[in-house]
Amino acid sequence: MEEGFARNELELRLAPPGDQELNLTHTKTTTNTTKHIFQEKDHNPSLLSLGNSYSTIISHTTCSGSKRVLENSWLNESQTQTHKFSSLDTLNGTPWSSSCSKYYDQQKDMKKESLVAELQNTTEKQQAFLTDASAVKNTDGPNTSQKRTAPAPVVGWPPIRSFRKNIASNNSTKVKVEPKEQKLAPPLKSANEKQVENSCNGLFVKINMDGVPIGRKVDLKAYDSYEKLSSSVDELFRAQRDPSDEKIQNDEGDKLITGLLDGRGEYTLVYEDNEGDRMLVGDVPWHMFVSAVKRLRVLKSSDLSSLFADGRKQGKNRTETAVIQ
Amino acid sequence: MAYSFPEEVLEYVFSFINSDKDRNAVSLVCKSWYEIERWCRRRIFIGNCYAVSPGIMIRRFPEIRSVEIKGKPHFADFNLVPEGWGGYVYPWVIAMSRAYPWLEEIRLKRMVVSDECLELISKSFKNFKVLVMSSCEGFSTDGLASVAANCRNLKELDLRESEVEDLSGHWLSHFPDTCTSLVSLNIACLGSEVSFSALERLVSRCPNLRMLQLNRAVPLEKLPNLLRGAPQLAELGTGAYSAELRPELLSSLLDAFTGCKKLKGLSGFWDVVPAYLPAIYPVCHGLTSLNLSYATIQSPDISKLISQCQNLQRLWVLDYIEDGGLDILATTCKNLEELRVFPSDPYGVEQNVSLTEQGLVSVSEGCPKLQSVLYFCRRMSNASLVTIAQNRPNLIRFRLCIIEARATDYLTLEPLDAGFGAIVENCRELRRLSLSGLLTDRVFEYIGKHAKKLEMLSIAFAGDGDLGLHHVLSGCESLRKLEIRDSPFGDKALLANAAKLETMRSLWMSSCSVSYGACKLLGQRLPRLNVEVIDERGTPESRPESCHIEKLYIYRTVAGRRFDTPDFIWTVDEEGNAPLRIA
Repeated sequence: MEEGFARNELELRLAPPGDQELNLTHTKTTTNTTKHIFQEKDHNPSLLSLGNSYSTIISHTTCSGSKRVLENSWLNESQTQTHKFSSLDTLNGTPWSSSCSKYYDQQKDMKKESLVAELQNTTEKQQAFLTDASAVKNTDGPNTSQKRTAPAPVVGWPPIRSFRKNIASNNSTKVKVEPKEQKLAPPLKSANEKQVENSCNGLFVKINMDGVPIGRKVDLKAYDSYEKLSSSVDELFRAQRDPSDEKIQNDEGDKLITGLLDGRGEYTLVYEDNEGDRMLVGDVPWHMFVSAVKRLRVLKSSDLSSLFADGRKQGKNRTETAVIQ
Repeated sequence: MAYSFPEEVLEYVFSFINSDKDRNAVSLVCKSWYEIERWCRRRIFIGNCYAVSPGIMIRRFPEIRSVEIKGKPHFADFNLVPEGWGGYVYPWVIAMSRAYPWLEEIRLKRMVVSDECLELISKSFKNFKVLVMSSCEGFSTDGLASVAANCRNLKELDLRESEVEDLSGHWLSHFPDTCTSLVSLNIACLGSEVSFSALERLVSRCPNLRMLQLNRAVPLEKLPNLLRGAPQLAELGTGAYSAELRPELLSSLLDAFTGCKKLKGLSGFWDVVPAYLPAIYPVCHGLTSLNLSYATIQSPDISKLISQCQNLQRLWVLDYIEDGGLDILATTCKNLEELRVFPSDPYGVEQNVSLTEQGLVSVSEGCPKLQSVLYFCRRMSNASLVTIAQNRPNLIRFRLCIIEARATDYLTLEPLDAGFGAIVENCRELRRLSLSGLLTDRVFEYIGKHAKKLEMLSIAFAGDGDLGLHHVLSGCESLRKLEIRDSPFGDKALLANAAKLETMRSLWMSSCSVSYGACKLLGQRLPRLNVEVIDERGTPESRPESCHIEKLYIYRTVAGRRFDTPDFIWTVDEEGNAPLRIA
């Protein structure tokens, strides 16, 4: 692929400092306006005018004897293992590893003394390489433009803090929990009475059943559907029902509470919403119900049957009058 | 000069010199000025906690009253720095507890603070006044309880975005009834409920309370009372901004906000119910700072709000504002200096809101004082960037994040080199730049050539090879912090510019092409740099030297290497060795 080629040729030949002829500066072709500079033109890229440090490093290594041995062995080591490294590096997922290992490929053929000599020559070669490279680069765009499909998730990208990550989904009752300890709880307390407690642990609402003097509380967050709520209501109150009521018994002798939601059972589930109205459970989507419910009641269907007979064209007041005991 | 001013006079003069740069300059004039200056320096800023040791600081500056220390590298914010990296404030607190009994202020950023530290702070410094912990971690609400209970003159307790182990909200009740000194309280990052009555009493008995930032657990119903207890507030962070629709609550809120005549900054707004937004209309005209970055309200509601905030200087908002809202911002807020637009759905593939590069172009046209930008979007073009650059040559901070890595100019499919090049060429005072999109070495050539005042540069998924890095290191004269991830920069550029690293605070490179061998060379040759190799695959000595390392953090230091590194960090020392780990 073209890219690989270009990198292979993009060897940085570094000139020692003070060698003025070798330091070519950036030549501008023309310019007065800003835009002009940024046209896709072939202009001579700047040569690396070398910092002192690199040559210092190199000269140090050539001077100190023991280090020289180290250097040699470092280079030798890299010779024999270059190929292994290339594959290792590619496995590690860096597509640019080839440039590094090829650098050492070059080095393995050079002796210590020729390293310095190598640095002192080849201005033209360097310039030529860089020009070639930049020529290739100009056409790079389409090749490397990303396909617009879902990319694999990358750590830390896009760069946002963890507490900003789930803002959109945090707007409902549920809150995303970070891997660490912290839990944020959006409160839904009404000022008048604490009918609903929304703590970190659940959405608890009171539930009362006709004929049962002591009420219970259920955690609506523990359910995700009306059916589950209905069956747990059954479990909650099954044992506490008025024992004189013999209407429904199953084979095992337990008194099941069924048909809470469809109007066919002995009892019907209703709720009070955030506007204070009594509503039949089951009309709206579950999450909407959860956000509106303030308390639950299990009423005898017989008390409600008059409502059903009249149909829903009765007004609110009529409903309440019929139900109030 | 045969005589000089008496020391007291010089000291008096120096007391008017507060910037660190000036103080440093003063201390270099002559030995006696150095001596005088060091005895009268009261405030010190340490940008990298490992660049200097507590002992060195204390030895030189015996009379410090205010310390600011920063720990982890910036990329720690995005989970690129593994857990356990370091940045412990404990050694500093221990040393200061002995040396600075009159210490008043501690400001920390990205440091690890323990409950023991907090307790030590609360008990060691009798006149302790200010504790700011920005993006810190390692402590719990128990530590906060110590601070509340023991710091008699506490003025500021600011927990900005720290990760706190939230055991209970009870800590707030540890403020004694005699505490009336609070000026600033920011608990926005805490999860659990504090006692509302304790909070109300605290707020109403502190007449100088200027800034109050509540946490999400404080319900909207509690806000009116709190505001009535502190009508002098200048900055307010609400708790959750939602409740069932009740007219009496709305009017109560409206009343309370109307009474806050000095309110300049608003934030918070979790779970916003738009119907309650009109309650803040009375203060909108006076607002200079508005942080809606948690508010999931849509563009029409945001626009309605913004159109009343004519004096806004700083806006942080989610991309729900859309291009339309940004247009309104551009026409309304002529004093806008800082804009940050955060993504509401950063991991979604498809665009969920109608926010494009156009919004930013509009704001750059309409807001002449705009100098600081952080913008997340899903597409960009060179042409727009050129327009923005030409509109706003006064930009100081420009951080653009195109969400898809290596995204091209969406019109021409080219790299975005020309666009960012225009930014650095036109914005001569640019101090901070974050790049994104598809970028070749060319953009770094432009940066090296033009960005002479650039102090901090963030690079991700960019460049072609070492030449790019070389341009930056050799060209950017003012560069202090460079952080790079997933870019093909390697040994050659680093080695060629090794001396440059001693002029910078730090360099971070992760998932680049730096070999262990090069790190060893750097560590050997430059003893005043700490070269820390972060690699969770085991010691780099076990792999060939040309093998690339995972992460690299290089920083200058006068304190030598550190000894609190976890087992996945190897410091290359002067002998070029990374010490063996004793398992």
